[in-house]
Amino acid sequence: MRTTPTPARHRVRTVAAASSAVAVGFVLSACGGADEAAPGVAEDSITIGTHQPLTGPAASGYAGISAATKAYFDYLNDNGGIHGRTIEYLVKDDGYNPANTQTVVRELVQQDEVFALLNGLGTPPHSSVLDFLNQNEVPDLFVASGAELWNQPEEYPYTFAFNVDYVVEGAALAQHFLDADPDAVVCVLGQDDDFGESFLAGVKIATGEDGVSEYQTYSTSNQDVTAQLGAMQAAGCEVNLLATINGFTALSVGTAAQMGYFPQWGASSSGGDYPTLVELLGEDVAPQLLQGFVSLNYLQNAPGNEWTELFEEINAEYNGGAIFDGNVVYGMSVGYTFAEALLKAGEDPTREALLEVIESGELVGNGSFPLTYSADNHAAYDSVQIAVVDAGVQDFVEGAAYRVADGAVTPVEPQHVPLTNDGVPSE
Amino acid sequence: MDRLAFLLATGLARGLVIALFALSLVIIWRAARIVNFAQAAMATVAVYVAYAVVTWTGSYWLALVAAVVTGMLVGFAVERWLIRRVPRDNPLPGMIVAIGLVMILHSVIGILFGPRHVPMRAPFSREPLYVGDVAVLSPYDLFVLLLALGIVVALAVLFNRTTLGLQLRAAATAPEVSRLLGIRVPRMVTIGWMLSSAVAAVAVLLLIPTELGLNAHSADILFVHAFTVAVLGGLDSPVGAIVGGVAVGVLITLVTGFLGAGMAPIAVLALLTLVLLVRPGGIFAVKEARAA
Amino acid sequence: MTIKNLSRIQKIALRGIGLAAVAVAVTFVLSPYQNYQLAFVAAVFCATAGLTLLIGLTGQLSLGHAVLMAAGGYGYALVAGPMSAAGIGGPLPLLAGLLGALALAGVVGGLLGLAGARLKGPYLAGLTLALVIALPAFTSQIPGLGGDQGMRVPFVGVPDGLRPLVGVEQWHAWIAVVIALLAVTPLAIIRTGRTGMRMRAVHGDEVAAKLAGVSPARVKTGAFVVGALSAGLGGAVLAVLTQNVSPGAYDLNFSLLLLVAVVVGGLGSLVGAAVGAFLVVLLPWLIDTATGAMGLSTELEQRLSGDLVVLVFGALLVLVTIVWPGGLSNALSGRFSSLVDRFRPRVDQPAPQSLTER
Repeated sequence: MRTTPTPARHRVRTVAAASSAVAVGFVLSACGGADEAAPGVAEDSITIGTHQPLTGPAASGYAGISAATKAYFDYLNDNGGIHGRTIEYLVKDDGYNPANTQTVVRELVQQDEVFALLNGLGTPPHSSVLDFLNQNEVPDLFVASGAELWNQPEEYPYTFAFNVDYVVEGAALAQHFLDADPDAVVCVLGQDDDFGESFLAGVKIATGEDGVSEYQTYSTSNQDVTAQLGAMQAAGCEVNLLATINGFTALSVGTAAQMGYFPQWGASSSGGDYPTLVELLGEDVAPQLLQGFVSLNYLQNAPGNEWTELFEEINAEYNGGAIFDGNVVYGMSVGYTFAEALLKAGEDPTREALLEVIESGELVGNGSFPLTYSADNHAAYDSVQIAVVDAGVQDFVEGAAYRVADGAVTPVEPQHVPLTNDGVPSE
Repeated sequence: MDRLAFLLATGLARGLVIALFALSLVIIWRAARIVNFAQAAMATVAVYVAYAVVTWTGSYWLALVAAVVTGMLVGFAVERWLIRRVPRDNPLPGMIVAIGLVMILHSVIGILFGPRHVPMRAPFSREPLYVGDVAVLSPYDLFVLLLALGIVVALAVLFNRTTLGLQLRAAATAPEVSRLLGIRVPRMVTIGWMLSSAVAAVAVLLLIPTELGLNAHSADILFVHAFTVAVLGGLDSPVGAIVGGVAVGVLITLVTGFLGAGMAPIAVLALLTLVLLVRPGGIFAVKEARAA
Repeated sequence: MTIKNLSRIQKIALRGIGLAAVAVAVTFVLSPYQNYQLAFVAAVFCATAGLTLLIGLTGQLSLGHAVLMAAGGYGYALVAGPMSAAGIGGPLPLLAGLLGALALAGVVGGLLGLAGARLKGPYLAGLTLALVIALPAFTSQIPGLGGDQGMRVPFVGVPDGLRPLVGVEQWHAWIAVVIALLAVTPLAIIRTGRTGMRMRAVHGDEVAAKLAGVSPARVKTGAFVVGALSAGLGGAVLAVLTQNVSPGAYDLNFSLLLLVAVVVGGLGSLVGAAVGAFLVVLLPWLIDTATGAMGLSTELEQRLSGDLVVLVFGALLVLVTIVWPGGLSNALSGRFSSLVDRFRPRVDQPAPQSLTER
């Protein structure tokens, strides 16, 4: 070595050499001192980052997530942090634009030297940094999207999913409706991208290849779904399954009601959050419009649940009393799951130790089911619980939970992870 | 067949809103020879005021008045304090300043009100009325239809039957001569901006109940469609704006209904390309318009 | 070609090579992230250089320039992707990919140019606006373009011989700088040559230009094509940098950002295009860093994030157009040349009074 490498150059070399095992060995043996702390890990703090849409059209649906995660970390930090370290969460706005994602993620990794990326949001934005993160060996944890892309341990060993994937959602919802009425006319309204496609594939697991009577799509740039709903009404659809984001769920239910069309609705967890839908539809008509509205979740967001109540308190105290909706529960659950992983990664965490502990299957999380991570499965959940709105309250249905694996839907029992130590992970 | 009738009716209702907005672009083009890229953002500001009014008073009609008045004020402010300072030897600086204004208004609305969509209810039911077995227009669609027609008639009367209208037209087509005849041309331009901006505000107010809600970007796509329509019909032609608006609205709805939502922007682009290749100044262009 | 002509071209080429050499030298002192930013600036410069000639010289307002960059990116991915998948290594996929970028961007630019030749200002702006809005629809409707997620682009690693010396980001910055040199030098030659004169003539007075034997249609179409080729190379650079090309990255906002760059830099000026490229890449980062350092509340920071940058860009666009029609480059060079004049008096070109150079 001609010069003493700066930390930054050291990492670049690591990347450059990644394709050559010999060079990797060389670089590691040359620079990889045992007492050198991992990137982002300081004496009393640990820095992680994320990319989120805080501006632009997607912001209206998702800007609340990172604020909630940050609020949870503030709560955690006030309660001693993890192994005496506080968690610093750097949230970068990418406006849901993949070019911006590229830039801000590089900034996080190369400039801010984050320990890991947490909960990067959106399929198109995040898939644009998938290669970069894995080549740079940055843990890419708990991606906020239900695409199946994140569960490819062979190709992307550093990436882990968080959302249950859209295939599971579609299959479970369709199965739930078919259990009630095997002859129901099932139709799907989907976003015109991988969300809609994967969800449809899932629905077909339950209904059979020809079991979907009508498939309509919408594009987020066109906020008028009258034409699509007209087609579904004309096709005699009785059960409309929605691969829609919350805004378009509200739009679909509202538009259909205005057309005098009242089918049964079943929505993905990405578009089935009752508080958000109430806000969008208006408090006066929402309970009536959404009576019997079916959705699903893998997190414990039911009213009266101990996790929900804790998160509500944290939200009031650390999140400026933001509207308490599914985004808040989701964001805080992500924060909790990361904190648990960090705790179990040991006193002096390294990126390798973090990945090891997640792959070991030790993590339980805080969901309706324990986490399913393992060395050859980077998906967080494979089971969901069905929730229904009744008299203005969205709650899980007793005995309606499904596991979707290996192309089959099977009923399961939920195993709610109990709340311990006030939501601060402990040994 | 039922399906077609339903889609046509839906397309008509949607097209009228586009037509109204396109009309506002035509008014401003005729008055000031400028394509106002900021029209949607300015109208959104006015609708935020209307929203505040409807929240405070609960009256949609007061909100409608508020949208019109605020629209006029915004138009006045933008023309007097901004556009008037722009070099006018060619259309480029005006378009660029308007684009800058869009960015300013979008970001200020975003900073002030955050990214959430604010829901706004329609003043009438949107449940369609039936003719025989066929679902056609809803009461709200009828309201949009009547209001749009009312505005068009009012504008036609204003431009063709009143002294002010005559002065407006004179100032727009022959500013030098008009000045010699004692018409205050700058004032006419300001009035053109105010009228245009008020019409745009009404169009956006009519649009919001059919969408997710009010947000800085609510009217962006409306602007793109309306601009397409204005270009399609010829920027000088109010008739073109109306006919084009309805045509584009119906086209979008039919394509979405029969081919899928993803094809709609391509269909609009294809229609635009076709028309512009055959008639570069728009369908209803008179010869002089091309020299614009 | 006369000797005088040759020497002009040589001068421009030499100046370009000199600047590129300086940029390459600078990469040695930059951090990897800064090298990435530099490469991004070079890519954006490819696009702004063409756009500034298009708007500044021929007076055609294109709101769809991002689409031309996207065409370059997709052209690159469509050629380099399969080659790399077939196991072809070395510089070949990169070079072939660049040709693919030129081809696709050239075709799209040619079509737009044909339209531009027939359409007046606002009509062309309308067509390009509809095009940029329709881009995601095209990528999701045409099979093989990967829909919203776009296409993956093969990784271009550092050659074995250079590996001990050069990091990945630095190597990418070199590629970007060299491509920018190849893309912009022809534009500089065109700008100062006869074609540039023809462009100004067409913008100034089409009828007069016609009488002087210049075909406005050919000049306008030509301006679109050269601008498209250059923007296409910029898109290819972005594809290499980010290993990805997707429609979301080339939306209307990005088109408007390119417009901000050329207007604020100074329409018609290549120096302005470079200044503008630096501005649109670095300003968001600077503002973000500044707001992050102020210790604002989470909520306020979230609200300002992103929006504040747009506000600054919008204000710059308005201010520069009204107050400083020559753009930053003009204001700066005016100051600089007045400084030079003190020591070496000479006749200088007056600063243009209008927004566009004629």
